[in-house]
Amino acid sequence: MAVWPMIPARAAPVRQDSWLAWVRRELFGGWLNALTTLALLAWAVSALPGLADWTLWQAVWRPDADACQAARGSGACWGVIAEKQRLILLGRYPTPEHWRPVLASGLLLALVVASGLRRCWNRWLLPAWLLVWAAFFALMAGGFAGLAPVPTERWGGLPLTLMLATLSILLACPLAVLLALGRRSRLPAIRVLCACYVELVRGVPLISVLFMASFLFPLFLPAGTTPDVLLRVLLGIALFAAAYLAETVRAGLQSVPAGQVDAAASIGLGWWQTQRLVVLPQALGAVVPGLMNSFISIFKDSSLITIVSLYELTGSLGLALSGDPVWRPYMIEGYCFITAIYFVVCAAMSRYSLWVERQQAHALTR
Amino acid sequence: MLNHYASIIRFERVNKWYGRDFHALRDIELEIGRGERVVVCGPSGSGKSTLIRCINALEPFEQGRLVVDGVALGAEGSAKDNADERAVQQVRRRVGMVFQQFNLFPHLSVLDNLTLGPRHVARLSRREAEAQALAQLERVHIAEQAHKFPLQLSGGQQQRVAIARALCLAPQILLFDEPTSALDPEMVQEVLDVMTDLAGQGITMVCVTHEMDFARSVADRIVFMDQGQIVEEAAPAAFFSQPESARAQQFLAKLHRPG
Repeated sequence: MAVWPMIPARAAPVRQDSWLAWVRRELFGGWLNALTTLALLAWAVSALPGLADWTLWQAVWRPDADACQAARGSGACWGVIAEKQRLILLGRYPTPEHWRPVLASGLLLALVVASGLRRCWNRWLLPAWLLVWAAFFALMAGGFAGLAPVPTERWGGLPLTLMLATLSILLACPLAVLLALGRRSRLPAIRVLCACYVELVRGVPLISVLFMASFLFPLFLPAGTTPDVLLRVLLGIALFAAAYLAETVRAGLQSVPAGQVDAAASIGLGWWQTQRLVVLPQALGAVVPGLMNSFISIFKDSSLITIVSLYELTGSLGLALSGDPVWRPYMIEGYCFITAIYFVVCAAMSRYSLWVERQQAHALTR
Repeated sequence: MLNHYASIIRFERVNKWYGRDFHALRDIELEIGRGERVVVCGPSGSGKSTLIRCINALEPFEQGRLVVDGVALGAEGSAKDNADERAVQQVRRRVGMVFQQFNLFPHLSVLDNLTLGPRHVARLSRREAEAQALAQLERVHIAEQAHKFPLQLSGGQQQRVAIARALCLAPQILLFDEPTSALDPEMVQEVLDVMTDLAGQGITMVCVTHEMDFARSVADRIVFMDQGQIVEEAAPAAFFSQPESARAQQFLAKLHRPG
């Protein structure tokens, strides 16, 4: 038998590395590694100068159609964006009223961003949501206090994209939760009904849902009682998205151990209380990446409404350029522009989802 | 034993099946007195956990009747779900339960774990519920952890929080389902100490456990189960020195020679 003295904790050794050693180890460690590095280098050397030439050095930045024409083939024409930005961003909304969709989208964006911040999670949030939505629709539609009425067919561009995405996510979420709970119900009728809904909707492409909402649905209603096309399309997207979200939520529900439900029952909580206070917070927390995945895809899928003649961001780009013979050749530049907008929004959403995950990890770590 | 108490739990020929073939509880007849401390033991799969989970209606049963503090669950001959929702809720407010895996709510702080029942079931205000919760945390010697999250605590601490949570609705009966089986050995004693404290305070306790020293020193009665039925009931002294049934003798012999 022997007894050793306590050993005090020491700091871990830090690897001292020259950058050359790092390059040799990480980029040229092994022949496959070296080959890949060289191939990528060769590609970068051959492709990047041309790309930089087109996007930057040879590009025309002024909205000057003649200069653009001269640079065609060798440089991008970013001037098209300066020239057409209003049409691309706001669609067919009447020009003298453009301040209204800009203000409305600003309010909506501010609301969404604020709702994501922890310090805004208080009792003012719900009234703020109601107020901002009321303001959004009042501004967009007009028809009061001297604001000219603008019918929904003329709404377009980024405001329409933002509104459709936010509102359809907002409507789809509660429905998705109910569907997911329903698929785990003890009552067979509810279980079968929810499963059928999910399978049916997932088995149909969004385009056909939009077609039905836009063209077929009005045929079943008496003339003159059809709700607005925008509302029909919005509901179509929400009902469609709910089926996908429901499966994500169901995965979350399955990840909550049965012991949690036992514990909730043992302190006297009823079924709804158990779901609301114990099961759902954990279930939704477990599937944040999957939920955000669906949200991002809803945001981008909103571009499909072009096919029923509503011109959101993607649609209004086509509208802005294809009708104008002078600027029509610069579609690629236009697409780069809206790609950047989509990317910024989607990247923000995915960063936010990572932040939410980190917050939870913080609370749940040992 | 029983004669000194008024009955608070009464099983009358309770039968339970899992699926068609597994007869989990067989003709259970058991009466437990107010303030009595009963330890249920037996080999694994013998129906101990199922038995005590019936007491707060976590498990439905197919036949028989169970009266808990004057509330009847599953009248004779009733169909599968003996869940008269109201009776179930009444029973659960009078019965607290502690689980093997603690089952604390990991997304809530310790304090919120304790106030959830009082606030949403007993409809106490947040202030009242928190004051009461802190008092219960004192009782299990862990008040300084009130604002931590469950997974930041050790197993022994988590189980003591779970006991405090069960006490928050001021139950008449406390059920323990192998409360120390998931703990590291060095944390078992702190939980048993808390349970021994409670045993001295007049609350009715029904405890499934393999801690035979605890059973010997705290229990008024041992209920020995095997294959879904109650095989033997006895005072601890008698049970441990001279078990009557052959199966209890075998069971105790294995406990004394582990491995």
